[in-house]
Amino acid sequence: MTITAPELEIAVLVLGMVILLLEAFATKIDKRTLAFLAIAGLVLVLAASFFVAPRTSTSQPTGFWSFYTADRLSIFFKQFALLTTIFVLVLMTDYAPVLRSSFPGGATPQAGLGEFFALPIFTCVGLMYLVSAIDFVFIFVSLELVTISFYVLVSFTRRNPLTLEAGTKYLVLSALSTAFLVYGIAWIFGVTGQTNLPRIADVLANPATDRSAALLGMVLILVALGFKIAAVPFQIWVPDVYQGAPTPVTAYLSVGSKAAGFVVLLRVLQPFLALPQTQRLIVVIALLTLIYGNLAALPQANLKRLLAYSSIAHAGYLLIGVACFDASAIGFYLVAYLLMTLLSFAVLIIVAQQTGEQIADFDGLAKRSPFLAFAMLIGMISLAGVPFTAGFLGKFFIFYAAIAQHQTALVVVGVITVGCGFYYYLKVIRAMYWQSAAKVDKIPVNGLSRVAISALIIATIWVGVYPQPILDALKR
Amino acid sequence: MVLFVIFCPVIAAILIMAGLPARKTAFAASISAFVAALLLFVSFDHSQPDFQHVSSFTISPEWHLNFTTGIDGLSLIMVLLATTVTVAAVWFAGTIEKYENAFYACLLFISGGAIGAFASIDLFFFYAFHELALIPTFLLIGIWGSGNRVAAAWKITIYLAIGSFILLLGLILLYQSFPVSARSFDIRALQAAAALGQITADAQRHVYLLLLIGFGILISLFPFHTWAPEAYASAPAPAAMLHAGVIKKFGLYGLLRLAIPLLPEGAHYWANLLVTLLIGNIIYFGFVTIAQKRLDWTLGYSSVMHMGYIFLGIASATILSTTGAVVLMFAHGLSIALLFALAGELRKRTRTLVFEELGGLAKVMPFASLAFGFGVFAAIGLPGLANFAGEIMIFFGAFRNGWEMSHFHTFQIATVLALWGVVISTVYMLRAYRKTFMGALSERWREVVDLRFSLRLPIAVLIGVLLCYGFFPQSFVRMVTPAFRIYLADNKR
Repeated sequence: MTITAPELEIAVLVLGMVILLLEAFATKIDKRTLAFLAIAGLVLVLAASFFVAPRTSTSQPTGFWSFYTADRLSIFFKQFALLTTIFVLVLMTDYAPVLRSSFPGGATPQAGLGEFFALPIFTCVGLMYLVSAIDFVFIFVSLELVTISFYVLVSFTRRNPLTLEAGTKYLVLSALSTAFLVYGIAWIFGVTGQTNLPRIADVLANPATDRSAALLGMVLILVALGFKIAAVPFQIWVPDVYQGAPTPVTAYLSVGSKAAGFVVLLRVLQPFLALPQTQRLIVVIALLTLIYGNLAALPQANLKRLLAYSSIAHAGYLLIGVACFDASAIGFYLVAYLLMTLLSFAVLIIVAQQTGEQIADFDGLAKRSPFLAFAMLIGMISLAGVPFTAGFLGKFFIFYAAIAQHQTALVVVGVITVGCGFYYYLKVIRAMYWQSAAKVDKIPVNGLSRVAISALIIATIWVGVYPQPILDALKR
Repeated sequence: MVLFVIFCPVIAAILIMAGLPARKTAFAASISAFVAALLLFVSFDHSQPDFQHVSSFTISPEWHLNFTTGIDGLSLIMVLLATTVTVAAVWFAGTIEKYENAFYACLLFISGGAIGAFASIDLFFFYAFHELALIPTFLLIGIWGSGNRVAAAWKITIYLAIGSFILLLGLILLYQSFPVSARSFDIRALQAAAALGQITADAQRHVYLLLLIGFGILISLFPFHTWAPEAYASAPAPAAMLHAGVIKKFGLYGLLRLAIPLLPEGAHYWANLLVTLLIGNIIYFGFVTIAQKRLDWTLGYSSVMHMGYIFLGIASATILSTTGAVVLMFAHGLSIALLFALAGELRKRTRTLVFEELGGLAKVMPFASLAFGFGVFAAIGLPGLANFAGEIMIFFGAFRNGWEMSHFHTFQIATVLALWGVVISTVYMLRAYRKTFMGALSERWREVVDLRFSLRLPIAVLIGVLLCYGFFPQSFVRMVTPAFRIYLADNKR
């Protein structure tokens, strides 16, 4: 029996339903069993995804295949989405005690946990559809599946005023960006009469097409996707939402949602590459994002907020890749970003439950838990871009593409902002190793998290030293 | 064998972090790396100019990226320098009160990174290994430093991070300036391609400028120097020894390895700029060093100043001067390590290095003052010590570059100005020696004790090597010149 790509999404969807039904009817079980079940299910799907052969058809696709592609890139990012969701679920089991305390009036001590573990599975389905979508209608539907499940997840601990603020902001601004998206699609449909991306490219290649109207539609879509990937000037929501949302959800937002946004961006921009304005626009957005993200991160004292600004900064480096239209450099950078961001968030969740989310709360962590401090050290130096970590190679490929295309402005600004990055990432290392702790008791780490964190450390260094498997997987 | 020298310190560092006894493991690792380097030295085949003991592992066929290591005369000398200074640094580190394991792990990471960079034939790993030193240096200065350690640690880290990313851009541009079929990260392949003239003059100029700025920041070329003196003054002695003695030589090694053989046109085009900057290093920093009021700052600035001579050797690009530059790199690495080690011991005893408060210490520390005297004379460039051999070769080589009887050109003027640097360094070094060891002994220091016997051994070894190569520099010259003869064969002016 051979597995085809759409069966993966269906399997994940069924898994989500099963978890929800179990949650509703098996009330007696420990809710964390659901999380372990979900993790096991997703690992199975992830394993199955390696047996899916990429579908490369030369003829004009029809039927289902006219809005769904199963090329190598999409399968790679389906695995990416699955892996992210698995790690986020692990983080969520760590976060469960915090969640419990925010439901004081719940009927059972574990009220709300079931939904918390089930919703990411539906987000995952949305992400998996999104990376395969080559039709604007399908892009819109799967993007909404992702966004609506995030509405709930972001405001999950709703007793916390910060979370409530985050939830409202995310709801309002996402709705706004969706409106932009629909409006942009309408313009493009009006000009080309098509919603299918390859066919739009064909129509645009025809010199008789009204390009300025199509360009307006593209800019509107770029605004909508700018919200998703946190590009300046559409980044205003990011710091507040990232800080207010439950930490695993923040990790999910900054990795999963961003990766899907970039894949869609690459697919949507493909037909518009013939227009010279597109690249210039992306270069300007990339420059703004790099400068804003890195400068605003400099004075942050709250680690979660720092990671929010760092996520904007990394969107800037990724946009350099978009401006050079180098899909494999972007793919590699996203993999590196997945590893190092999840690593940092994993440590943050464990430490924050003992002390807090401020950088000062990490003072003397090297004494209290050498393991967690080392994990954070690897995460931070990888985010900063020190060789032998995945983050360095990500930056290497991005800068390589930019130099090959003679994007001098991007390269110069990129190097200066890397310098900024070293400052604010090393601030965390400084807290952990230089400063002495207020408390000296050890910080416990449970078995599952220890395995997950060790895996992330090893993967970060492994990918940084031996990148070839990832490069092979990204080759089209 | 080469792999063993590289990974011995790195693996020891990881084991130390995992909980092995720090000092013993570090000691064993640094000694075995040193012995292995000596074996490489003994078994080195002088007759062939190519890389020896080459081993290679494929990383990415698509990018022509391999982890290739090997040594030729130039890199062997640098590996010897790195392993020698590592042994001395570990020996001098002694017992550390706070986070002892982390301290030794950091030292060994710096050392392993330096050795890896010197022994890599692959551009990518050449670069990546050097960066291994960045974070340990930040921690070493930040946690165990003295004085204004916080500012110093930030400054050196941000400066070097930006410097190395500029260098990275230069290396990427270098890689891309070859035609697609000749692209490789292998230095040997690049040299072969460059010898065929596959890199255009225009590209050479751009790449050379980027490499000069990138490496220049790492070497503290004027005016990219501000990180260096403060960092060396506040770093703990072993870190200063390794950084000023070894890591800083990475940039010079890079210029010798890449800029001269691959980019002769670029080097020629920017020669006047480089000469102006290096005269800035020699004369300007000479005067700045004279004005210093503390021993650690004097040493920090003097190490910045001496980079000027080595730059002169590299800039003039004759066989004599580049060979002299290598000899001076080795000699300076040992002599500055010796001086920083002694300054560190002084700091441990007196808790201050301000000249005003010191004086007359030769009465209570006769051995230290004798050893310091050797270091001072080596730094000045007294005949009989290795630094002299390097400097005289640089001066003769640079002076002969473009020499005409009728009038002086750039390099003749530069050599004359650089010779004044010797006078200036005599002034500040002898002044530092007088203020520290001569004069009346203050009551406060009457209880100060001299170095104990176990510490005299590494000092004696360092001085012995300096003397040995001062009298017999030929043994190094024989190793280095075959390599340079290939580079400079079609490059004689």
